[in-house]
Amino acid sequence: MLTKSQAKAFFIIGTALFSLIFVGLTVDTFQRIPSQTNSEGLTPEVVRGKHLFDKSNCMGCHTIMGEGAYYAPELTKVFDRRGEAFITAMLKDPESMYPGQRKMTNYHFNDQQISDLVAFLKWIGQMDLNGFPPKPDLNKTAAPNADSTTVGEAAIVKTMDRPNVFNQMCVACHSLGGQGGQIGPALDNIGSTRDKDYIIRWLKNPLEIKPDSKMPKLPLSDEDITELAAFLSTQKGSSK
Amino acid sequence: MKYTSQRIAYWFFAVCMLLFSLQLVYGFIMGFAHMGYDGLHSLIPFNVARAVHTNLLVMWLLSGFMGAAYYIIPEEADREILSVKWAYVQLIAFVVVGVTAIIGFHFQWWEGRKFLEIPRPLDYLVVVDVLLFIGLIGGTIWKGRRYTTTSIVLFFGLLTAALLYLPGMIDTDHQTHDSYWRWWVVHLWVEGVWELIMGAIMSFLLIKLTGVDREVIEKWLYIIVGFTFLSGILGTGHHYYYIGTPRYWLMIGGVFSALEPIAFLGMAIYAIAMAKKGGKTPTNKTALLWTLGTAIMSFVGAGFLGFAHTLPQVNMYTHGTLVTAMHGHLAFWGAYACLVLAIITYAMPLMTGRKLQDTYTNIFAFWTSNIGMVSMTIAFGIAGVAQVYLERKMGLDFLLVQKEIEVHFLGLVLAASLFTLGIIAFVYNFIRFGGPVGDLQKES
Repeated sequence: MLTKSQAKAFFIIGTALFSLIFVGLTVDTFQRIPSQTNSEGLTPEVVRGKHLFDKSNCMGCHTIMGEGAYYAPELTKVFDRRGEAFITAMLKDPESMYPGQRKMTNYHFNDQQISDLVAFLKWIGQMDLNGFPPKPDLNKTAAPNADSTTVGEAAIVKTMDRPNVFNQMCVACHSLGGQGGQIGPALDNIGSTRDKDYIIRWLKNPLEIKPDSKMPKLPLSDEDITELAAFLSTQKGSSK
Repeated sequence: MKYTSQRIAYWFFAVCMLLFSLQLVYGFIMGFAHMGYDGLHSLIPFNVARAVHTNLLVMWLLSGFMGAAYYIIPEEADREILSVKWAYVQLIAFVVVGVTAIIGFHFQWWEGRKFLEIPRPLDYLVVVDVLLFIGLIGGTIWKGRRYTTTSIVLFFGLLTAALLYLPGMIDTDHQTHDSYWRWWVVHLWVEGVWELIMGAIMSFLLIKLTGVDREVIEKWLYIIVGFTFLSGILGTGHHYYYIGTPRYWLMIGGVFSALEPIAFLGMAIYAIAMAKKGGKTPTNKTALLWTLGTAIMSFVGAGFLGFAHTLPQVNMYTHGTLVTAMHGHLAFWGAYACLVLAIITYAMPLMTGRKLQDTYTNIFAFWTSNIGMVSMTIAFGIAGVAQVYLERKMGLDFLLVQKEIEVHFLGLVLAASLFTLGIIAFVYNFIRFGGPVGDLQKES
C-alpha cells in the first residue's frame, strides 16, 4: 500500500506531467485552428458580428457550435438552413416571423449590424467542426408519404427537387411530405385548392388578401415568387 | 470552533443562502418559459434568466468555498485569520461586485459568453477581491503553527481557481479561440481545481465527523486529487470535439473523460469507508449525511451521467441538447452544492452555540432536496433524450420538438417544487440558528 508521501508524489508528478502535455497540445491546436476554421475569412464584418453576437448574449438562448442554452435553435448551420434573407427578416422583427411561438427579443439592430451578424453566421457555418452538427440518420421515418420500399432515398430526392428558397424559408413554418414546421398549414395539397396566380398574389403580400393572417410578408424576390408558385401549384398530393 | 475569527464564515454562509434562494426563482422562470408560459419575456427574457441562474450558482458556491476556508484554515493552521477587518472588506466587495453583475444582466450589461457573462470591468474587481482573499488565507497558513495536507490542498485549489479565471479574460475575435479559453476556466474549474477544494473540505469534514486518523484520510485525499488531475486535465478535450479544433481531441477527450468517473467513484468509496471505519456516533448526523450525499451524488451526477454522454460518438448527437442540462444539474448539486451545505451544517452549531443540526426540519431538508433534484434530473433526461431522437436523429424542426417535450417540463417544475421545499426547510433551519454569538464552542 502507498505511504502518504508516495501518494503525494503521485499527485504532484501526475499533475505536472498532464499539465505539460495539455499545454503542448494547446500550442499545437492553435497552430492548426487557422486552416480548420478558415481564419482568413475572418473579415472585419465577421469580427463585428462576433462581438455583437456576444454583446447580445445570443448564447443565452441559442447554441452555436453546440454551445449555449437550449431554448432556441442551433445556429452553426443556420446560414445554409435558412439563408440570408430569412435571417435578416428574423433579426429585424423576430415575432412576425414566428407568430405566436416562443419569443425572441427584438434587439432593434440596424442594417449594418444585421449584415455583420449574417457574415459571422456564414463564417461559422463554413468551419470544419469534425462532423458537427450530425445529419439526421433516421429521417426516413419523418417522411411518411414517401414510398415505403425506398424510403430513405425517396425522401432525399423529394427534398432535392424543391426550390432552395422553399427549403430555407417555407419549411420554417409549413410542412411538405411530413417535413417542416407546424406553425402554418401543411402544403401537400396546396396545388389542388389554390392556383398559381393566387399563390403569386399571396406570396407578394399575404396581408393584402387576408389582413388577419399570421404569415408575414416575406423578403422574396420576384424570381423566388415565380419559382415557388410554379412549384407549389403542382403540389396535389393528399395532406394526411 | 477554536478561534473567534472562524465566525467570519457565518456571513459568507448567509450570503450563500440568499443567493441560492434567488437562483431557484430564476430557475422557475426558465422552467415555465420552456412550458410555454413566458409572461415575463419583456422584463426578464430567457437569456437574462439563464445568465442570472448560472452566475448566482457560481457566486454562492464561491461564497461557500470562501466561508469554508475562513472556517477551516484557522483550525488547521492553529491561529486566528490574519485580519478579520479585511476579511469583512473582502466579503462586502464580493457581494457588491456580484449584485452589480446580477442587476447589470437585467440591463444587458454582460459579455454573452456562457458561464462567464460578468462584464470585463467587473472581472478586474473579481480578480482584486480574490487576490485579497488568497492573501488572507495564504498569510494565515504561512504564519500558522502547523501545515496540514488539508489546508495545503485547500489553498492550492483556491489559488489555482483564481489563476484559472484569467484565461477567460483573453480577448479574441475568433469564436474557436474564445471557446477554447472559456473551457480552460469552466472545465478546469469544475472538473479540476474545484475538486481540490471539494476534496480538502471533505477531508476536513471526515476528520472531524468520523474521528478516523488524519494521516489515513489525507493519504487518500492525495490519491483522489491525483486521479482527478490525471483524468480531468486532458478530459478538457471533451469540450474540444466540435468547435473547430483538431480531430485528435476526439480520441484524447474520449479516453480521459472515460477515466474521470474513477476519481468520483474513489471519492464516494473513500467517504463511505471512512464513515464506516469511524464507528463513533457523530454529534452532527446531518452534516455526515450531507458529506456522504456529496460523495454519492457527485459520483452519480458528475461521474456517471457525465460519462453517459461524453464519448464522441454519443456526444455528436447530445452536444448542445437538454441532455447536457441533465448532467449539469446533478453534477453541480452533488459535487458542490451538497458540499457547501455539508460544511454549513457542520459549522452552524459550533458558530452559533445552538444545537439545531439534527432537527426534523434539517433532515427533511436533506431528503426532500435530494429526491427533488434526482427527479429533476430524470425529467431533464427524458426531455433531452426525446430531443436528441426527434431533432438530431429524425431531423424534425427545433420548435416542433420543443412543443413535443413541453410536458416533461411540467414534470421538471413539479420536481423543482419538491426540491425548493427542501431548500426552504434548510434556509429556515439556518435562520433559526441565529447569528454567531456566545462563547467558543467545543469540538464535537
